[in-house]
Amino acid sequence: METTVATTASQGGVWGGGNRPLRASYGKMMMWFFIVSDALTFSGFLAAYGFSRFKFVDAWPIADEVFTHFPFLHGVPAPMFYVAFMTFILIFSSVTMVLAVDAGHKMKQSKVAVYMFLTIIGGAIFVGSQAWEWATFIKGDYGAVETKGGKILQFLDTEGNRVAIGSFAESMQTTAIEQESSNGVWFMSGNDQTSYSFEEVKAGFLANENLLIRTQYLDADGHPTVLTREASVAKIQKDGRLVVEGANLKRNEYGHPLFADFFFFITGFHGFHVFSGVLINIIIFFNVVIGTYERRKSYEMVEKVGLYWHFVDLVWVFVFTFFYLV
Amino acid sequence: MGHHEHNLAIFRGKLKFKSNEQKIWGVFIFLSIITIIEVALGIVKPEALMTPYISAFEGGFMATMANIVLAALIYMKPLNLIFIVLTIVKAYYITWDFMHMRDETKALRRMVVWTAIFLLCYLVLILLVEGDYIFEVYKNNYIKFDF
Repeated sequence: METTVATTASQGGVWGGGNRPLRASYGKMMMWFFIVSDALTFSGFLAAYGFSRFKFVDAWPIADEVFTHFPFLHGVPAPMFYVAFMTFILIFSSVTMVLAVDAGHKMKQSKVAVYMFLTIIGGAIFVGSQAWEWATFIKGDYGAVETKGGKILQFLDTEGNRVAIGSFAESMQTTAIEQESSNGVWFMSGNDQTSYSFEEVKAGFLANENLLIRTQYLDADGHPTVLTREASVAKIQKDGRLVVEGANLKRNEYGHPLFADFFFFITGFHGFHVFSGVLINIIIFFNVVIGTYERRKSYEMVEKVGLYWHFVDLVWVFVFTFFYLV
Repeated sequence: MGHHEHNLAIFRGKLKFKSNEQKIWGVFIFLSIITIIEVALGIVKPEALMTPYISAFEGGFMATMANIVLAALIYMKPLNLIFIVLTIVKAYYITWDFMHMRDETKALRRMVVWTAIFLLCYLVLILLVEGDYIFEVYKNNYIKFDF
């Protein structure tokens, strides 16, 4: 009966579903739609970062003075190395993903499984690395003092090397106690205590003639301004207010609060996308292993998930450039 | 729904690979080289790339137009310009070869890429101009920022 009736579908007409617009399947087209919208979202975030950075362009922290740590290498300054490793891992996992897609086109089930497994491992290493970066960033490095105006002062010795506040702070008896639930009001919490109080740091600074203060403001060469000993002593006595160790959303020891805020927000959003990509890859990996796509006679699902994974890589390439390099 | 043929040439046809797998590894090596260059430049920061090459033109309308057209060379450090150009090159190869855009129809390519680029250029332009304006206001005028 159907063969004698001429419908638009059987004639290949457009409205009867007789062709595929742009020669892409529905699923692939929808994945591209999603990728464009998510790319615009991330661009909004990065543009906002650019806006904030230009607003405080003379006081923004320098990235390769902040991200200098490498796992298992204590005290070794390794600016940018770990982030370069993370970029390389993500690009490599993109390569294994595209090889999985290619093997899927040739219907080679075991090859697809192997390459997808490698992609999942790469993604997991990236998420773990990002978590380690966050932990190092939050824990802090040398420590700093915040002024009454909310600006950050860091410490150098006379040769220009950074000095940790712990190395010169004097220890004093203190009456401040950290509030615990046993002796406080249940709905209020006190501020976290830093390892050294401001008075201890100030006393240590005044006692040690070799220490100088570095403000966050960049001079004509693009380096933070180093004050003379007299100016440093005046600065810490007149303007110093509290000690900052590490970073949270309100203040950080590296410079302007927005620096830490944007770091957490953008890398957090990106890390969440990588994490969800890893989960989706695991689901598809299981489907490959149990033969769902062999039965379906098409590995197009692997290709669609591959598009999402490459999008995540693409976003990282831009985040890496604008956060760490520029 | 059989698999469509892959385009095996990159660099505008100058480098043609023997198989799709070889093309993928080739693009990977190319992207790794670019990343290593970027990271090396980011760590070393050569002095020759740290000051803009051309200074801004003074004058009236034509000078302003020249400033706008050559803005990348007047207002940016060449190091940053290199980073951004290399990033766009990496993005191009990831999209074209890893996401198989090279093999899709022209219409789909244009739909995805032109939309994103047009909106991105507009957004980035206005936000960077505004950010710089606010910086100048707080630097040169008697206003203390409170946000």
